[in-house]
Amino acid sequence: MQEVKEFKPNIVAFCCNWCSYAGADLAGSSRLSYPAEVKIIRVPCSGRVNPMFILKAFEKGADGVIICGCHPGDCHYNTGNFYARRRMALLYSMLDFMGIEKGRTRVEWVSAAEGAKFANVMNKFTSDIIELGECVKLGDIRCKD
Amino acid sequence: MQGLEKKIKDRASELLQSGAVDGIIGWEKGQFEYDPTPAVFTKETGLDNLCYNNFCGANLSKYLVGKITSDKKFAVLLKPCDTYSMNQLITEHRVNRSNIYIIGIGCNGHLNVEKIKAQGISGITAVSASDDHVNISTIYGDSKLAKKEILLGKCEVCRGNVHVIFDELIGEELQTPKPDDRFEMVAKLEAMTAEERFKFWQGELSRCIRCNACRNACPACTCRVCVFDNGRSGIEAKANASEFEEQMFHIIRAFHVAARCTDCGECSRVCPENIPLHLLNRKYVKDINEFYGDYQAGDIAEQRNPLVNFGDDDIEPTTVSDKGGQK
Amino acid sequence: MLNIGVFVCWCGSNIAATVDIDQVVAAAKIQPGVVFATDYQYMCSEAGQKIMRNAVLEHKLDGVVICACSPRMHEATFRKNAEKSGLNPFMVEIANIREHVSWIHKDKAVGTVKAIALVNAAIAKVSLNAPLISGESSVTKRALVIGGGIAGLQTALDIAEAGFEVDVVEKLPTIGGNMAKIDKTFPTLDCAACILTPKMVDAASHENIELITYSEVESVKGFVGSFKATIRKKARYVDEVACTGCGVCMAKCPSKKSLNEFNCGLNNRPSVYIPFAQAIPNVAVIDPQSCIKLTRDKCGLCQTVCEAKAIDFTQKDELIEREYGAIVVATGFQPIKVDKFDELGYSQNKDVITSLELERLMNAAGPTGGKLQKVSDGSHPHDIVFIQCVGSRDCTARGKNYCSKICCMYTTKHAMLIRDKYPDINVTVFYIDIRTAGKNYDEFYRRAAEDYGVTYIKGQVGKVYEEDGFLVVQGSDLISNEQIKIKADMVVLAAAIEADPSAKKVASMLTASIDTNNFLTEAHAKLRPVESPTAGIFLSGVCQGPKDIPETVAQAGAAASKVIGLLVKNKLVTNPCVAIADEMLCSGCSNCFNICPYGAIGYEEKLVNDHGIRETRRLAVVNPALCQGCGACSVACPSGAMDLLGFTNKQIMAEVDAICKK
Repeated sequence: MQEVKEFKPNIVAFCCNWCSYAGADLAGSSRLSYPAEVKIIRVPCSGRVNPMFILKAFEKGADGVIICGCHPGDCHYNTGNFYARRRMALLYSMLDFMGIEKGRTRVEWVSAAEGAKFANVMNKFTSDIIELGECVKLGDIRCKD
Repeated sequence: MQGLEKKIKDRASELLQSGAVDGIIGWEKGQFEYDPTPAVFTKETGLDNLCYNNFCGANLSKYLVGKITSDKKFAVLLKPCDTYSMNQLITEHRVNRSNIYIIGIGCNGHLNVEKIKAQGISGITAVSASDDHVNISTIYGDSKLAKKEILLGKCEVCRGNVHVIFDELIGEELQTPKPDDRFEMVAKLEAMTAEERFKFWQGELSRCIRCNACRNACPACTCRVCVFDNGRSGIEAKANASEFEEQMFHIIRAFHVAARCTDCGECSRVCPENIPLHLLNRKYVKDINEFYGDYQAGDIAEQRNPLVNFGDDDIEPTTVSDKGGQK
Repeated sequence: MLNIGVFVCWCGSNIAATVDIDQVVAAAKIQPGVVFATDYQYMCSEAGQKIMRNAVLEHKLDGVVICACSPRMHEATFRKNAEKSGLNPFMVEIANIREHVSWIHKDKAVGTVKAIALVNAAIAKVSLNAPLISGESSVTKRALVIGGGIAGLQTALDIAEAGFEVDVVEKLPTIGGNMAKIDKTFPTLDCAACILTPKMVDAASHENIELITYSEVESVKGFVGSFKATIRKKARYVDEVACTGCGVCMAKCPSKKSLNEFNCGLNNRPSVYIPFAQAIPNVAVIDPQSCIKLTRDKCGLCQTVCEAKAIDFTQKDELIEREYGAIVVATGFQPIKVDKFDELGYSQNKDVITSLELERLMNAAGPTGGKLQKVSDGSHPHDIVFIQCVGSRDCTARGKNYCSKICCMYTTKHAMLIRDKYPDINVTVFYIDIRTAGKNYDEFYRRAAEDYGVTYIKGQVGKVYEEDGFLVVQGSDLISNEQIKIKADMVVLAAAIEADPSAKKVASMLTASIDTNNFLTEAHAKLRPVESPTAGIFLSGVCQGPKDIPETVAQAGAAASKVIGLLVKNKLVTNPCVAIADEMLCSGCSNCFNICPYGAIGYEEKLVNDHGIRETRRLAVVNPALCQGCGACSVACPSGAMDLLGFTNKQIMAEVDAICKK
């Protein structure tokens, strides 16, 4: 019998230092588990996340990229997440326009107090990515048939 | 058109002779009727080769970027649609308005020689156009084509004959072509399934040879050093290590010019592989209009573009990814 | 290439139990640039820090990765330690293998793999770190306290006593807050007014305190040391300076039908009023909602009778701009609305009241002059039932899932006071648990139960209904395990307390974080309980979570001491992780300028030498004193000329790269 290899997705989470990173810390100190495939990169603000980082992550083999920031209106720097919201809305729209699975990218607003939400978001996102499987399309878009 | 060319030459000559400007940025006659190229005319070069015909589609506004620190003054010939790019360049401080003299010139649509050749026409010697038809003389005889069939892509969706910025106008009475729906193709793609869109773009982008013509012609791509050439950006790539990088180039480029792109169509006009790159930019124009309200880059100088702006109740990226193409 | 040292912390068993420390050390050792890797039980201890310092010297480390708890916990500790060993503090990176790994992944193999990935990312990042030098910024020696209750007043008084100027902004016409409404205080039963009003007077007369009442903070800009606040001083329609507080206007005002907020709506007040006798400032205010002159342009009687000529119907809201070095939030609380608890009959029956209403009924300055009587008919009650935890410890949508903390004690106080003054009244208290932790608190409760004969019943009340002119309280007695019905004349509900509705807006304005219950979050639950994670913002009183008066006063003092600690400094060390523009790349497009929330980016015409081409260019220049390091500009910049020190494009991409490497 052929061995079926379990798909372990690679997920990069960009988390704002002030909200979601602290939310992830709270998930940790509350011992709320989420898949180990989620690996967090700390950024000062969701407004620091450059679309290039997301594409780079996909290039390097990420299967899903999620950005977490403060709830709109609660940005530590007043407005960073508002800009992030516009940038990511447009980036995601473009990825979808090119036929890339839209579920691979996501933005969630998670505050420092929402440890449980952080864990829930990551559980949900990971299961979505597992369903989508390995990210190949972004690499394949230029391959000739 | 011939009459207009003469008027332009006369005026250019006056400006040069009087010393009002040191140079004129215009189009220079090529070997054939259909291959004029952008050029700078000065007292030294003379104006003999300045031309304005049915093939002067190139947007000359970007040629001023290199002159920003020049102490010389240049006149530039701009068609109505080109003036949007000029405004955007002024907004972004990429040109020095005080050393530019803008001559807005009339336009009745420009032609795509590839489309003419595709009709099996070769050996072109002269082309004359009315509002509806184009008469083409060739060494093999004359033919007449419907103008609509051979317009440049950007002229098919012409935005009208208004110059949004100018110092003087010449031939503004010319009638610009009646436009098609600008977002028709974007909407058509949006209506496809993700798989169909993917196939479409795979087919198109697979032809890219990364010649950078789109970047070089784009009036919004005026960075001193492009991120793709900048060692500190983390994504520089002289020669692409993977095909992934090449398609990343187009996404990043579209994103970098989003909300700054005036939809001038130069990217697709210059693409040697005829990739409809403008569709990526136009998708952003459409999204921005739908998400944040109608916005036209360059219609007014000094306006804040939607990506350096925000609203309290902007659409959530989650909504965008959940709904996908069907908004 | 840097010489990088990696230090893996066990955190006792916190990390070591679910992450294979040896494997992490071994994996780190083979990473490029790593010249030394070791582990220790507690890296944050002095012994652990010494290991790091020694290694820095011995192995000439110029980059350090600490694999331990969250950087939000000990990044500062290890940066300081680096400085002690002569290393630039910003050459330290933290891999968070506790909160993000060991505490959530129970499978050791899984946890170890993830820990290694995070450590590799930190190594990849640190190898691109550059030494950063902190700058300095100035401190405005003035504090703003938002809220003029006991918390805000205590904080203001302590700061003022230390010699700094303080503005107290209170949204109501008078300072005093909730405490002013209270009759007696537990566990000593001294009168609240007797201990609060002197403090109010102290605050009003203190040379360093300015009370800005009937005002709200409208916007706050800036950062620690230099905040700029805009305060809206609402129109009182009374000249605060001219008004003598004589009260003639109140007596003459023909519009007397407004509910008296101070008495919880138990009686009415005129449209022109002084909230209560000891109000500060003792100045009238006109309620624009009910004033006949302001609503219908008739009357104006108060203006005629005012001898001080203080009434001014043309008064407009006024905006005050002030600068502050520190801001204290003391927005306090309010009891929740209990009308959602239909089964308890609050909306249906006048004699079902809240505890705060009972305070007013028992207060000598209250609507009944302190005489306890039924609200419905003014008669003397014989049986009073108290119901605790109305909305507290309640996980349904209508309640709060937390314990309001003060109700057990104030209910006991009420029960005791009633039994003391009216021995003929039977008092019964329904409770879930009696929580009386605190000095002399349990003794107080026992006195109520044992000496004053208050009946305590463990159990919850199912419903309160009217029968034959009496209230019937139906509940369960969990000790005897039976359903019981008790006849009552009055029922008092211990409503949960919630953060004042203004707290959310204030927190947003200050970019201070807030929890799901709208209580402001502290920088560290245990170690920094009076500071917000946002530098320069401090928390005083119930805005941070339920607490009683002694705790509030203690916290208020603690917040004041933190403010004083900040204001005594002449310079603050600024975060060196600021944006920086590359002169060779910048094209002067203004995208970054447009996006900067701090106005930190300006433009200069600068002569540059770009590969031999000398020309004057318009270039973005970041003012590091103003830049707060959000990095939004670095994304707005299309050419990548703008970057963020400490979180550069290359550093983040290196982390991405390390994490995605399979």
